[in-house]
Amino acid sequence: MGEAKETTYREAVREAMREAMKRDERVFLMGEDVGHYGGCYAVSMGMLDEFGSERIIDTPLCESGFTGAGIGAALNGMRPIVEIMTVNFVLLALDQIMNVAAPLLHMSGGQFNVPLVIRMATGGGKQLGAQHSHSLEGWLAHIPGLKILTPATVQDAYDMVGLALADPDPVLIFENALLYNEKGMLDTQAEPLPIGKASVARSGKDVSIFTYGISLFKALEAAKTLASEGIDAEVVDLRCLRPLDDETIMASVRKTRRVVIVDEGWKSGSLSAEIMARINEQAFYDLDAPMERVCTDEVHLPYAKQLEDAAIPQPVKIVAAAKKAVGS
Amino acid sequence: MSEFVMPSLGADMESAVLMEWKVKEGDPVKKGEVIAEVETSKGVIEIEVFETGVVEKLLVEPETECKVGTPMALIRAEGEAAAEAPEAAGEPEAKSEPEAPPAEAPAEEAPEPRVSPEPSAEVRASPAARKRAAELGVELSELATGPEEVVHLEAVEAAAAKGTAAKPEPEEKAPEKKADEVPKEEVTPKAARKKEAPEKKAAQEDAMRQAIAAAMSRANAEIPHYYLSTPINMTPALEWLEQRNAGRGIRERVLPAALLIRAVVKALEHVPELNGFWRDGAAQTSESVNPGIAIALRRGGLITPALLEAQTLDLDGTMQALDDLITRTRSGKLRSSEMTRQTVTITNLGDLGVERVYGVIYPPQVSLVGLGRITEAPWAEGDALCVRKVMHATVAGDHRATDGRTGALFLDTLNDLLQNPEKLQ
Repeated sequence: MGEAKETTYREAVREAMREAMKRDERVFLMGEDVGHYGGCYAVSMGMLDEFGSERIIDTPLCESGFTGAGIGAALNGMRPIVEIMTVNFVLLALDQIMNVAAPLLHMSGGQFNVPLVIRMATGGGKQLGAQHSHSLEGWLAHIPGLKILTPATVQDAYDMVGLALADPDPVLIFENALLYNEKGMLDTQAEPLPIGKASVARSGKDVSIFTYGISLFKALEAAKTLASEGIDAEVVDLRCLRPLDDETIMASVRKTRRVVIVDEGWKSGSLSAEIMARINEQAFYDLDAPMERVCTDEVHLPYAKQLEDAAIPQPVKIVAAAKKAVGS
Repeated sequence: MSEFVMPSLGADMESAVLMEWKVKEGDPVKKGEVIAEVETSKGVIEIEVFETGVVEKLLVEPETECKVGTPMALIRAEGEAAAEAPEAAGEPEAKSEPEAPPAEAPAEEAPEPRVSPEPSAEVRASPAARKRAAELGVELSELATGPEEVVHLEAVEAAAAKGTAAKPEPEEKAPEKKADEVPKEEVTPKAARKKEAPEKKAAQEDAMRQAIAAAMSRANAEIPHYYLSTPINMTPALEWLEQRNAGRGIRERVLPAALLIRAVVKALEHVPELNGFWRDGAAQTSESVNPGIAIALRRGGLITPALLEAQTLDLDGTMQALDDLITRTRSGKLRSSEMTRQTVTITNLGDLGVERVYGVIYPPQVSLVGLGRITEAPWAEGDALCVRKVMHATVAGDHRATDGRTGALFLDTLNDLLQNPEKLQ
């Protein structure tokens, strides 16, 4: 354990990449505007000067091309970090991700791992309209062969870059765009919680709120409100959407017996649906009430702020769902 | 007021059909009195009431199948005030079927009686509440406060803590409500069963087979058996019995089977560790010796009704009790206590020529005594080789409860008694 200092989520990601690049010369970053512009969200600001244009590579606007190049580099012994500007653009790289990176280990009979890391910004709330506000991490969590990380805290924003680079297989990191400016404590020497482990962000006994990413903070805020009304909510930060940490989820269900799932994806066919299904399979007889969900309304996100805010999960909706779950 | 519920006449029984009430509403009953006959997969059995009082209300019609635990009657304890609604007490009809609707309600709008508390099948309860209620024996229908109300875990645990849900407080509830509360799910009209009459016998035998299968699987899975066997020279006992029977009328004669039961019972009094149960990880000996006597039924199947309090019976008493038990077993008139209170099992397969019986213990009992054929066999006495009537007695013991030495002591005692049969008077 080292000393914790306050920093922003953005700086934590940058610091993690810088550390990795200093430690391991195979690591490099490529993506749209990551070099001269310093990244669309300024995550890689200053890294071009520090590491040079061979390791901080500005790519053409072609996600399938540079993601494919990342896969090739990974197969040839490099440790690429591919930055995709925002989650909606990952759709252009989906063929490379789903048809090449994810199944190659399987198709090669276990011969070829693809140690590729793809980072991208995700989520709504920034008034970026219907094409730049998606939360598609739940979609990508459908694909075997991938690991899906969703850092919410500054510590995880830092730790997960290292965890992803250390993993022999493709790892996708979803950074919520609204979190880049958020501050938190970072201990760069702390032992990271491994991939596949959820963490209990707030312990409680009356209702379990499962969530990830930016919704973690909305859930914690909701828990505060609930506490003032005598409801002791447990908030679980899933951290990793694939693989899901069933053990921690079920332990919490068995403790509180009431469940709220907060997922910024759309409800139909969502990650929240997957979690509900697992709880149903593994902890049905521990439930004392129907499970509740707070998801994004099934609309393409509006540009207007009040409409966008109304469409995505908010603390007030989480409070209402938790009260319904506990029957008060 | 208390509910008389369908008793469990063995761990494997799930339900039985009420055949006949032996009492009417208003009749006084005494603890132990037979108040009904029910038909189980093991035959017709008389069931006894557990408390003294007055039959307040009969809740179930004959020819109805009731699951174990289904309330069948209300018994008012001695000295307890009669229910507040006397006209209801005199109205035996449970409102379980639609009746002529009241004038203001057209028939088609009244498929159900208007006063219809939720039967348990329709209680809305959470999975956790249902699971816990089953564990704690709490009746969920007692906790539902309305048709739309959901029973949660907390209510179940609170009820169990108070200890009231399983035994509702009758003072607060009119008796006719009780009648309605017979859970519909658990009551199948006999009419539905009658259609299956041709298959009924087969089904019953199958049910008995299933019951035996369940008990024996459990026994072999859970009980570490040990087996001991010893040959016993039966000549002294049989000669003694023959002399004793000489000059007696046929009715007063004692059969060797009764002598053997008497000997086993007396030996168990000397070695009480083999007479009792293994429950909750501990051996319990029973003061009463209630040997379950394995009796084959003519229609197939086998049951082991208890010869109750056999330690109080002398030899003639044992013979009479055995005769009575076999007669009632074969005519299907056993009492519930005879089906549930066995402390040990005796199996005699000698009539089929079997030499040694290695039996499977019926849980939670801890031993089974097997008696083989009595046959003329070479027998050494001192230096002489002679022919004697010889029987192999075996004991199967639960090694959790006793050790082989206990079983050996039992067989030795049994042998000793049979060499000195006058001790068995």
